[in-house]
Amino acid sequence: MASEKRLRIKTLVMVLAMVVCANAGDLLLKRGMTEIGAVAITPSGVLHAFWMTVTSATIWVGILFLIGFMVSYMTVLSWADYSYVMPAGAFGYAILTLLAVILLHESVSPKRWVGVVLICVGVLLVGQTKPRTTEAAAMQKVTA
Amino acid sequence: MSGGTILLLAVLICGSTFGEIAMTYGMKATGEPARLRPKALLIFLGRAVCNGWFWVAIPLMALSFYALLVLLSWEPVSFVIPASALSYVVGTLGAKYILKEEVNAARWAGVILVCIGVALVAAG
Repeated sequence: MASEKRLRIKTLVMVLAMVVCANAGDLLLKRGMTEIGAVAITPSGVLHAFWMTVTSATIWVGILFLIGFMVSYMTVLSWADYSYVMPAGAFGYAILTLLAVILLHESVSPKRWVGVVLICVGVLLVGQTKPRTTEAAAMQKVTA
Repeated sequence: MSGGTILLLAVLICGSTFGEIAMTYGMKATGEPARLRPKALLIFLGRAVCNGWFWVAIPLMALSFYALLVLLSWEPVSFVIPASALSYVVGTLGAKYILKEEVNAARWAGVILVCIGVALVAAG
């Protein structure tokens, strides 16, 4: 049972890393693009926007977070069920809403709060199922 | 809702589901990293990108992402994200029938709540 507990803890840590990296990455990209401003759809406008994005530190930090997301996502899928990881990832929507309220003092509609509660209950329900239901050996044989 | 929107939604949902299922196949075939340390993770990533399923997954996920971008330019976010939340249900069906994962009642209930929750958050 000790290994079961270890599996649960490392899955939880990786899913949290996934959610934090994905949200931080998205927010930084959004912030970086807002700093750059609306892109003019002309050859020189696109070229200028391209240059602004590749020289923007905010965009690069955002990309690093998104790489972090991809690595944690790939890692967690190497041991946990897809049907376990996928709904758990939705926890990010709940965190984003809380951040919007706490940091940005945005007002949140009752409908959105109901959504946040449903996501939390759903993630808790999925979270208490076994993180892995397939056999390690059976899947190792699968190669492209 | 136009035919194009429906088609793109199908591409979005199927692309992400099949892409992620291919990714799961690839990662399960790669096997767990020996330890969760930078060096072991790099070795793990090196092995993962040598797996064919990884290269099946990436174009499918990219296709789904482009479908999302086009959809967002056609329809409001409050329609696109709730509609794409259907991919939680499609993904779970894929996990059950393609990946042969055990999806018990608690997991199904959780997935359906998450799906409705995401739709409400995006629509609200």
